[in-house]
Amino acid sequence: MYSEKVMDHFQNPRNVGEIENASGVGTVGNAKCGDIMRIFLDIDDNGVVRDAKFKTFGCGAAVATSSMATEMVKGKTIQEALQVTNKAVMEALDGLPPVKVHCSLLAEEAIHAALWDYAEKHHIKIEGLEKPKNDISEGEEEEQY
Amino acid sequence: MIYLDNAATTRTAPEVLEAMLPYFTENYGNPSTIYALGSAAKKAVNQARRTIAEAIGAKQEEIYFTAGGSEADNWAVKATAEAYGGKGKHIITTKIEHHAMLHTCEYLEKQGFEVTYLDVDGDGLVDVEALKAAIRPDTILISVMYGNNEIGTIEPIAEIGAVAKERGILFHTDAVQAFGQVPLNVDELHVDMLSASAHKLNGPKGIGMLYIRTGVKIRSFVHGGAQERSRRAGTENVPGIVGFGAAVERAVRTMDERIKKETELRDYLIGRIEKEIPYCRLNGHRTKRLPGNVNFAFRFIEGESMLIMLDMKGICASSGSACTSGSLDPSHVLLAIGLKHEIAHGSLRLTLSAENTKEEMDTVVEELKKIVAKLREMSPLYQDFMAKQK
Repeated sequence: MYSEKVMDHFQNPRNVGEIENASGVGTVGNAKCGDIMRIFLDIDDNGVVRDAKFKTFGCGAAVATSSMATEMVKGKTIQEALQVTNKAVMEALDGLPPVKVHCSLLAEEAIHAALWDYAEKHHIKIEGLEKPKNDISEGEEEEQY
Repeated sequence: MIYLDNAATTRTAPEVLEAMLPYFTENYGNPSTIYALGSAAKKAVNQARRTIAEAIGAKQEEIYFTAGGSEADNWAVKATAEAYGGKGKHIITTKIEHHAMLHTCEYLEKQGFEVTYLDVDGDGLVDVEALKAAIRPDTILISVMYGNNEIGTIEPIAEIGAVAKERGILFHTDAVQAFGQVPLNVDELHVDMLSASAHKLNGPKGIGMLYIRTGVKIRSFVHGGAQERSRRAGTENVPGIVGFGAAVERAVRTMDERIKKETELRDYLIGRIEKEIPYCRLNGHRTKRLPGNVNFAFRFIEGESMLIMLDMKGICASSGSACTSGSLDPSHVLLAIGLKHEIAHGSLRLTLSAENTKEEMDTVVEELKKIVAKLREMSPLYQDFMAKQK
């Protein structure tokens, strides 16, 4: 069902983890639908993405797209990182099954959300970046068992 | 390989395959013909029908072969609706039925029938009082599955059957998961119709049956020749029927032993998982449960990821997550027992057989521990949860 590249990025995901005091953090998706992606970016003073990490709740494709997207933004300028679209991520993974295309969209949104967070923290405006929709349900009651 | 998806399908038993083979090769005759070659096939079909009838306490003329469990469910519900639609247009079933039942009911709703989908409790059990309350003067059919395919819960079928009988309403049970696994008797259960499938009990795929009690007015499902008492026309799947018969013969012979072994393995696996993996929940009733069914929800992680990682370790399992159901929603059964969406996404079904061993259960637990830990390490939900715990 998955390409070899997807399986590789799922089995050996790159950049899993978090960045403490990250320049920008973006969380997108919805636990109800079964996918949440959180991307952490470390951006230097020149506006270059020094490091990227992720945490993802989701299927094999969700993990693989997070892994690939973080790989692709590393070393890029903010403007270049914005060009890492879902299509680019999908192509880099040699494609995704049609039902999994939304995973690559989430990866793009997570990067945008992290960049938005960075822009807000630094009171700057990033050309071409729109406020991401962030529908992760916050403050939901905890269920215990 | 460790095969733990016996609710999906089972391995055809060698003795079953052996019984089938001559009906592909030398005894290939059409059972409807008069020469000896055809009679041999006819005899074999009738023998299988007798074996299956005896296994559920039915008469052989009450067994109708179909292409499988889904066809049997479709037939039971659609034909009842057609034959009894003049009497009433109300059907009662449950929220945890197989899609073969639910989608057929949805189809009938479009044809003007009304369907009540009964709730189940947290263990997946139907409330018989609620069922009684749902009965209306125009109720023509009650259909409740015997054992659930996802969570393994065994419903109070005899009790429901008694209610249906008393009220004079036809009662069907989808026993696809239960037939051959636990003892079933159509009179004790008061069922009028029962669906079953061969490939769930080490028989071949593509063959199943519908038991229809004598006296039930039921329409033909396939029109054509006189096969299956003209109710399901088409040249018989002779090797499949022979295989089904052999599988049932084997299932009946080994049932007590298998139930004992599977229940032991099941409870051992459940016990270890509950003890060794935190934040998990057993789905389904703990004791009113199919002998081979284990179903857990692991919080903070998603089912498909678990399945891929288990597969990499040679372990075959299944899940009720959205990604494995092919839609955005997780399994309707897990939602019906009250699981929140995000928890239902993290479900794992392990369905074992008597061929599995305790060592395999140990391997599964060890691998599962690592997989769950690895996926949680990756999960933002787990990160948030741990942050809140501090």
